[in-house]
Amino acid sequence: MLQAFANWITYQALHLARGTRLADAVNFFVYDTIKILLLLAVIIFLVSIIRSFFSPERTRKLLSHKKQFAGNIIAALLGIVTPFCSCSAVPLFIGFVESGVPLGVTFSFLISSPMVNEVALIMLWGLFGWKVALLYIGAGLTVAIIGGLVIGRLKLEKEVEEYVFQVKMQEAAIAELNWKDRYEYAYQYMKDLLKKVWPYVVVGIGVGAFIHGYAPQDFLARYAGRSNPLAVPLAVLIGVPLYSNAAGTIPIVHALMEKGMAIGTVLAFMMAVTALSLPEMIILRRVLKPKLIAIFVGILAVSITAVGYLFNAVL
Amino acid sequence: MEIKILGSGCSNCVKLEEMTRRVLSELGVPATITKVTDIKEIMSYGVMSTPALVIGNEVKVYGMVPPKARLTEIITTELVKSEE
Repeated sequence: MLQAFANWITYQALHLARGTRLADAVNFFVYDTIKILLLLAVIIFLVSIIRSFFSPERTRKLLSHKKQFAGNIIAALLGIVTPFCSCSAVPLFIGFVESGVPLGVTFSFLISSPMVNEVALIMLWGLFGWKVALLYIGAGLTVAIIGGLVIGRLKLEKEVEEYVFQVKMQEAAIAELNWKDRYEYAYQYMKDLLKKVWPYVVVGIGVGAFIHGYAPQDFLARYAGRSNPLAVPLAVLIGVPLYSNAAGTIPIVHALMEKGMAIGTVLAFMMAVTALSLPEMIILRRVLKPKLIAIFVGILAVSITAVGYLFNAVL
Repeated sequence: MEIKILGSGCSNCVKLEEMTRRVLSELGVPATITKVTDIKEIMSYGVMSTPALVIGNEVKVYGMVPPKARLTEIITTELVKSEE
């Protein structure tokens, strides 16, 4: 039905001749934009309702005094469902540490939460299919668990700013939400998020459509294909500064994959975009000393690159 | 009525403050609004997700900007309570 609509826009409304590059690009653009925006609206609403059951305050209670390993796994999983924005990374970090969540477990949460986020997953699902989306979840969780375990092992508590350990929190008596609150919260969240991401989606799909229609087949195969061992680390490097634009980058990457970019490279790039971001590091600098931030970035970059190589080798 | 908005300057915190001011002026309720931006103080309320709305010393909303109708409801309820 969506395809029929996209066809109608392209061939009837805009009178573009079938089979031309322009028609191809326009058709691709209309179809993908509508599909992704619809998916985003519906799924974000549903995810928000689920999330209303997992406040950071509750997650903190669940994780407090958890052991290594089991704690890292639970933290990585809770990272998927707990609502989190990098603007509240600082209070969240302090809150976790204050209630006795081990440092490594806290990091597992901090890695998985932005990386395995709903926008990235929806876009991956919508454009690449559910298999790639699942792979991405699996890879993200693995990186989060391993990263947290390593940081826990390294005993880096002294690399956390001292004042963090002095904060005392009150147990806030926070009212339970009823279903009406949950719907309202979910609707509000969906509206805000769509308002924020739609320009990126449209621009991203636009660029993707252009590549789809105009770039020669296989033009990336030489540079970003399996045979180039530098492709994965390079993709990770490029991914770091592209913060929070999962919505805009995924359609572009999708088009690049059609032109020969290997899947492991694609996933590594995506993970670098979502998990490693300069603004988040700057925010985290308020609670972490530079050495710990450097270790954090290093571990993530290495494990994301490893995951990229692994997928390129196996798939 | 004493109202505090907790948040370290994110866009939602500004939005919550504006909305609270609007609701208060529509209801004609005199109130002082204090912005709390110090992270230690924010956390002393047991809140990890900002923005949050505190009336008296109780956390009423946290982690989101509520719909305006809900905010009005919260403030009127508190008003009735304080008059009793």
